[in-house]
Amino acid sequence: MNEKNILLIESAFKEYYFNRFDLIHVPQKATEREFGYQKFNSGMTRHLVVKNDKDLHLLLMKEVPSDVYCSNAYYSFPSLPMSEKDWKGADLIFDIDAKDLALSCRKDHTVFKCISCNNPTIEFSQQCSKCGSTKFETVSVGCKNCISESKKEVTKLVDILTTDLNVKKEQIEVYFSGNEGFHVRVTNNDYESLGSQERADLVDYLMFNGAIPESFGIKRQNNFKASLPTFEEKGWRGRVAHKLFSSKSKVPKATREIIASGYSAFQVQLEEIKKTMGVKVDPKVTMDIHRIFRLEGSINSKSGLSKIQCEDLNSFDPFLEACLLGNDDVNVMVNCPLQIRLKNKKFGPYNNEIVSLPKYAAVYMLCKGLGNAV
Amino acid sequence: MLKIGVKDLAKYPFLTEAGEYLRNTGLSLEQLGHPDWQPIVEKAYGRIVVASSGQIYGSDLEALDNDSELLSFLVAIILLKSAGIATLIRRFSLAESRRAERYLQQDLWISRDKKNLELPLKIIQDLFAVNVSIDNEDFVIKVPDYLQRAVHFHEKEWKLVNRRVANGLVYLSAHETVRLIRTELGEYINGKIQSVNVDSIPQSFRHRVDDLVTLAKKFSDTVYVSSEYPPCVKHGIEVLEKGENLPHSGRFLLATYLLSKGQTVDQIAPLFKNAPDYNERTTKYQLEHISGSSGSGTKYQCPSCEKLRSESLCFATPDCDGIINPVQFGKRRKNP
Repeated sequence: MNEKNILLIESAFKEYYFNRFDLIHVPQKATEREFGYQKFNSGMTRHLVVKNDKDLHLLLMKEVPSDVYCSNAYYSFPSLPMSEKDWKGADLIFDIDAKDLALSCRKDHTVFKCISCNNPTIEFSQQCSKCGSTKFETVSVGCKNCISESKKEVTKLVDILTTDLNVKKEQIEVYFSGNEGFHVRVTNNDYESLGSQERADLVDYLMFNGAIPESFGIKRQNNFKASLPTFEEKGWRGRVAHKLFSSKSKVPKATREIIASGYSAFQVQLEEIKKTMGVKVDPKVTMDIHRIFRLEGSINSKSGLSKIQCEDLNSFDPFLEACLLGNDDVNVMVNCPLQIRLKNKKFGPYNNEIVSLPKYAAVYMLCKGLGNAV
Repeated sequence: MLKIGVKDLAKYPFLTEAGEYLRNTGLSLEQLGHPDWQPIVEKAYGRIVVASSGQIYGSDLEALDNDSELLSFLVAIILLKSAGIATLIRRFSLAESRRAERYLQQDLWISRDKKNLELPLKIIQDLFAVNVSIDNEDFVIKVPDYLQRAVHFHEKEWKLVNRRVANGLVYLSAHETVRLIRTELGEYINGKIQSVNVDSIPQSFRHRVDDLVTLAKKFSDTVYVSSEYPPCVKHGIEVLEKGENLPHSGRFLLATYLLSKGQTVDQIAPLFKNAPDYNERTTKYQLEHISGSSGSGTKYQCPSCEKLRSESLCFATPDCDGIINPVQFGKRRKNP
């Protein structure tokens, strides 16, 4: 990123951090966690200890990071190298990202940006119409549908966590990630000591990965209706029953069909159920017990939006509630072929033109790589 | 407080209460050296011989004198410690854990009334910190307790998604409950034997200690191990050749590695012959399953170095630098 852009973004970030100390807190057990941060155009600084809110605020003011992270793990010595930290446990964390949901709307709000000349287009082409380069990067801008589909995944996740895994509602914190999805943190003592492999199997449970027909009453031969799941059952068997039979009156007919179709057909049905009912989380994030995860209250440099907690998920509008940078107008050169919507205002499309935008929108364009400071 | 009878101690002689029971009888090691007690020494020796051959020592708890069941276990430990041969101790621990496993399963399954179930549940809780409770016909344990044990099994049926789960609990049969703690039971008995100190033994024990040393020679034949194998595979082969127990994950590593190197099931099967719990049919069946020639048809891949590290099966040497899976061993080694 060029220096001018960095100056503009950093000044907006610093203003936010200075004015919104009320939103930025260290998590529980702060002294046992590892903190880290990044600045624009530079690498990650990690293995830091931040004892309290005051130290955190000081760090934000001094360094004005592009991104701030904190471990989900607790250590005896968080500032030592990884092998000497002495891992004690970790919150369960989940990352739900709209880009992983294979949504049909993605093509409507994705810009293909030429890596050589930065020329953005909506339609994908093999070659840049301006410079002939064949290398593009994709930039996705905010989309209501992506957020609402991601919310559905969060709801599925929270449902399984509370009913199957006995996690209490008050132990679940849901955050907007600051870009295109949600982060979920579970603070439950029973699960904090689980290692990476155990978490991987837990994720498979949530995603409905690796389910075999035998577990749902279908063997390769000699199947009986009594072994199929029923509505009354809990966990995945109950959920699968609802999906297979939809209503009680349909049970006899559906049962006959399932038994007649056999093992392989049932396996296909389970795959379908996985696609629709499995929670689409990023397994790598949950499995990683040494990860530093974006700190709540901090700004996501991919968008300039903040990672903030969602008190009421259904009504939560990230493009309004997480858009917390200043309103002062700044002049920027913007090349954005799509219209974006922030704080209930529409911006663009802009065709490589200098426009006066409120700081939050100007920073959004710069963070997405669709504009430059002038 | 739970009352543990001598019959229970005969089934589970590794319990702390067994030592207390012996102390209460006032019987000393010197007394056990008296010729009157020689049948116990013979029984103990027999118990070790059976274990070393990979069989499970059977007891008829109804017909036999339970005191001698308990005493023969304790004397067997003294004989084993005096002989000091790790291979025999491991084989004995494994066989005794299988024996206890049978009783645990029976006690869980058959004794349906709650009073009788107290003992097996207490053993599982005290020894392995797993709280098992009963819900109708099923045994239930907390999801994290389940995951910490089940992740070491490769069969898909052990994945959490294939279990009945509700309210943070996993539902299991008696067999599955005991299967889940099998490895820990073996390690517990092994640890218990390792912690015993034997300073001197009665003269009448000497003869049988010498016999154990002779018996062990049969398991210590040196075996040629190809230098082309990675150290984790070499280790697995060495353990098996010594007749010691290699955990399931170690056997899975050997099988998948050798299959990936083009060996056939018939070529690999004899490798497991020395395993304390060897069964020709089971071994073949499992190898065929892993190779994909039977069962679901899935050909299992050799586990990654990372997975082996997490299972304490990695014995990396500098030659392993830059590889992420044992099958890559030797390929990159030639690079400068």
